[in-house]
Amino acid sequence: MRKRGSKTALTMSYPNWFYLPAVITFAIFFIWPTLSAFYYSLTRWTIFDATFIGLENYAQFLSDPMLSIGLKNTFIYGILTSGLKTVLALPLAVLLTSGIRFKGFYRSLVFFPVLVSTIAVGITFSILMQPNEGLFNVLLASVGAPRVDWLGNPRLALFSVIFVDVWKGIGIATVIFMAGILAIPQDYFDAVRLEGGFWIKFRHVIIPLVRNSTFTVILLSFIGGLRTFDLIWAMTGGGPGFASDVLTSIIYKQYQAGFYGLSTAGNVILFLMVTILVFPLRSFFNSREIEV
Amino acid sequence: MNKRKRSLKASLGNIIVFVLMIAVFVMPFLYIILMASKSARESALMRFSLPETNLLFRNLGQVVSFRDYEMFRALFNSTLLTLGAVSLVVVFAALFAFVAQRKNDRIATLLMGVLVAGLMIPPSVVPTISLLRTLGIYKTLYGMILIDVALFLPFAAMIFRTAMTGIPRDLDEASYIDGAGPLSIFFQVILPLLKPAIVTVVVTSSVNIFNDFVGPLYFLPGAKNVTAPLTLYNYISQFKTEWNLLFANVLVVSVIPLLIFIFFQRQLVSGMMGGAVKG
Repeated sequence: MRKRGSKTALTMSYPNWFYLPAVITFAIFFIWPTLSAFYYSLTRWTIFDATFIGLENYAQFLSDPMLSIGLKNTFIYGILTSGLKTVLALPLAVLLTSGIRFKGFYRSLVFFPVLVSTIAVGITFSILMQPNEGLFNVLLASVGAPRVDWLGNPRLALFSVIFVDVWKGIGIATVIFMAGILAIPQDYFDAVRLEGGFWIKFRHVIIPLVRNSTFTVILLSFIGGLRTFDLIWAMTGGGPGFASDVLTSIIYKQYQAGFYGLSTAGNVILFLMVTILVFPLRSFFNSREIEV
Repeated sequence: MNKRKRSLKASLGNIIVFVLMIAVFVMPFLYIILMASKSARESALMRFSLPETNLLFRNLGQVVSFRDYEMFRALFNSTLLTLGAVSLVVVFAALFAFVAQRKNDRIATLLMGVLVAGLMIPPSVVPTISLLRTLGIYKTLYGMILIDVALFLPFAAMIFRTAMTGIPRDLDEASYIDGAGPLSIFFQVILPLLKPAIVTVVVTSSVNIFNDFVGPLYFLPGAKNVTAPLTLYNYISQFKTEWNLLFANVLVVSVIPLLIFIFFQRQLVSGMMGGAVKG
């Protein structure tokens, strides 16, 4: 612009070695294990030596119902947590950016569970969900409804954990939506003011214009859901039986049992699942992003 | 008439929202405190009720002194782990983002892309253990710190890179002409200006690292390495029926994240909102 261009000697150069601390740590402690997992997943592995056995671990993973249920559950968990968080957090964010009283207080309340240890949340809710004296069932009984075995019923256990996951994680989704709503220029709201009520505003201004936030929420919670472990482990341990096992809990169980090759195959399957589902979703979202 | 009707409707709405918010987001925490204040026998009833006698402090004392004050070691380990990992994450990611944003060439884009993939890809557990063994840092805080640095770098680099776009390049050039080298420009000019982004990174990663359960479960086993969330986990297996002590334990390990929250509340939410818009 002014008289800078001519003096190349005075133009600062940025040293490449500034990359090194981050790149080296990331390469050694993340990329290397990720890549070597592909090899180890093809072996019978005792940490000290690995015998190559081809695709045997994968075959076992896909044929043994105890293991393959993890694939299905991981998928359900990812879809449901991300869907529910999106659907519930948007109205919540609208509420918390409206003129309602105690807004600041509510914002803190909704965000607070995010900060509490997942294990602590899991323990608390597994007691609230106890079949006999648990508070959830006491409440149900008080209105005459039948008691529910939230975590002991194999058909229900996974969904009970999903419910708690949504409760704990909705704060992040809400904050992201709040940011999106607050970034909408006032003109858009003015434009529909004459046409009427809240529904028009919500349907024709907020929903289309928070699209980028919606994408972020869906992606973040979907990735988080596919990778989840601690909540399931604290609440059901994958049980009853293996009804609520997801890939990460199977990885842990096989690791504990000393089947390191099999455990690593589970890890690679999770890696592939995330890659196959999330990367296309991400580029689809990127192509449909909007400028507000 | 119409006005009064509307204000009645509004205040009714306010009341409903208030009740729902308290029921959904306050009751569970109130329950934790109530349970932690009861005797073992009373807590076994799992009621949502005031304790007959308030035993909160006795229970907290018992939890803390359990197993020769293991809790202090756990809190100490967790704090050390958090401080170590978070400070390395901030410096490494800021150095990286500084040069990557300024150069913005093909290498920078490539490296950034690889880091961002780290946000999605689940870490491979047993290969990581095997690596730590080879390096001789399995079951050590050093190993755990380095793993956490690798896991939390991508998010931090992304936040810092966005923040760097708001720091004009002229500032670098001006200090350069004044004779400052790249390192002193980084530490004296860039880092102070990144402060809001640093707060976001420090708060989110320290809460996550402090509360992390999976990492220490795999990479930091053993009684001497116990961390705060692991005390809870050990408790489930040992004191299955003493719910009062279990909930007292929940309270103890939640104190530090709570303090971080209270201290940084405003910056945290606004920082996260800023980061979320961009990325």
